[in-house]
Amino acid sequence: MRENIEEFLVEKGLLITALSSIIIILLIIFFVLSQGAQSIQSVGFFNMLFGMVWNPDANQYGILPMVVGSLGITALALLFAVPLSLLCSIFMAEVAPNRVRRLLKPVIETLAGIPSVVYGFFGLVVLVPIMRVHFGGSGFSMLTASFILTVMIMPTIISISEDSLRTVPHEYKEASLALGATHWQTIRNVVFPAAIPGVITAIILGMGRAIGETLAVIMVAGNVAQFPSSILDPVRTLTANIAIEMGYATGIHYSALFATAIILFLIIMILLVVANYFHYKKKVVIGGGYL
Amino acid sequence: MNRIISPKNAQKIMKTVFWASGLITIIILLIIIGYILFEGLPVVNLEFLLSDPIDNGASGGIAPMIVSTIWVTLVAVCIAAPLGVGAAVYIMEYTKENNLVKLIRFGSETLASVPSIIFGLFGLAFFIVFLGMGFSLFSGGVVLAFMALPTILQVSEVAIEAVPRSYAEGSLALGASKWQTVSNVILPAAIPGITTGIILGMARAMSEAAAILFVVGASLDMPYSIFDPGRPLPLHLYTLATQGTSLANSYGTAAVLVILILIITIVTNTVVENYSRKMMGR
Repeated sequence: MRENIEEFLVEKGLLITALSSIIIILLIIFFVLSQGAQSIQSVGFFNMLFGMVWNPDANQYGILPMVVGSLGITALALLFAVPLSLLCSIFMAEVAPNRVRRLLKPVIETLAGIPSVVYGFFGLVVLVPIMRVHFGGSGFSMLTASFILTVMIMPTIISISEDSLRTVPHEYKEASLALGATHWQTIRNVVFPAAIPGVITAIILGMGRAIGETLAVIMVAGNVAQFPSSILDPVRTLTANIAIEMGYATGIHYSALFATAIILFLIIMILLVVANYFHYKKKVVIGGGYL
Repeated sequence: MNRIISPKNAQKIMKTVFWASGLITIIILLIIIGYILFEGLPVVNLEFLLSDPIDNGASGGIAPMIVSTIWVTLVAVCIAAPLGVGAAVYIMEYTKENNLVKLIRFGSETLASVPSIIFGLFGLAFFIVFLGMGFSLFSGGVVLAFMALPTILQVSEVAIEAVPRSYAEGSLALGASKWQTVSNVILPAAIPGITTGIILGMARAMSEAAAILFVVGASLDMPYSIFDPGRPLPLHLYTLATQGTSLANSYGTAAVLVILILIITIVTNTVVENYSRKMMGR
């Protein structure tokens, strides 16, 4: 009897720990919404989202320049990171000898583990001066920030794509090779297409990381709240807007920064839903349910 | 089909391209780590590690920042590890794949993809505004625990799943109860994987600055308890670098952070993996 009670208590205790992540995410949503509501009510959600001018002193809270900044930097970072990461993940999953693979794995884990602030610092002391000399201007720009983000999101894309390439059934590959296809033809026509849903998930998760990055971007992007006219212009991202101004913001301004976070959160949620869609698609496609 | 390049040559070209991409990745890492260590290591000595900062960090050491980092990381791990491991045990052993599990997974995935600055805002709204607490390392630790939770949960889940089913069946067949089986058979076998998860969560908490920006107070004084304000290493590096206080001390702080991460990667890759091979009988 005593044992039954113990079992019951343990199970309920574990259930509570299992529910903790749901409770925490609800708490976060509740508190961010409650602080952001005031500004959304007084400015209007769409006035804010599509407002062109961010000038808290003049009561103008348009965050479109920051949305453009965030998406622009992310798009550039993906442009550089995706080809290199995919090549590297194929290299690790298909081409590299075991010994090289065992060397690359910790390299990628280390790249993933280096604090974002260290990347930002590296960008600030190394990349910004280089950009200043070669492209003119201050060196703080959308392009500089996207270079730093490229390095930061590569580990995410590489490791998830590699996993997904590895789950492609061996039979697919063997059949292709047996038909006389070269290794590259097999990778291009068989292995990679079969891994595509996982690869897309990897890219979207990398994208989420890029959009959410804060301090590393602040250190190299220049942070001017304006529409960039070229990729060499300084930009401010949604995350930077929050981190820079929260220190002294009050009233509507304070609430508008929480509203910035709400819009950032919405973008991330859209990405997550899309990633989930491809993730579950992968489970059905690979193996066709027969392997 | 494009037959200008024969399949044989295409194979050779692509093999070179693949090797080059792997090499580039390694070179990027070597450049970044090499540069930080090259500039930073000359600054790092016992005096730098053990003395207080002078003039807002323009000179002097980083002792209070190291202590702050240890405190927030400890608080984060003490909260996140039981929650994450408990949740993994519940999902893997106490329930089947149902809607509740799907909801829990979705919650933890969402939590994992919430940008760190939003955790920071939550900390500000919850601890400072709602609870009316002052700046403290404790609040920072709790926020970091929330960030580390999904990592620990997901890695522990994989570790528990990897324990051969026959272990649990053997234990249950001997008449052990469910909890006895979990605590005496499954968890010990899964410990290496769970440890990796906790270390990864720890690394995430240790290297985070944006999430604690608004709750730890960024004080330069030595924190004497977890309820004092403090300034963990990443936040110190951010402040030094953006305010241009001291380049030398920025390099030193960055080098300390990089060394910590290198140690963590090496430990998880060698010690834990060896132990895991032993426990799983592989």
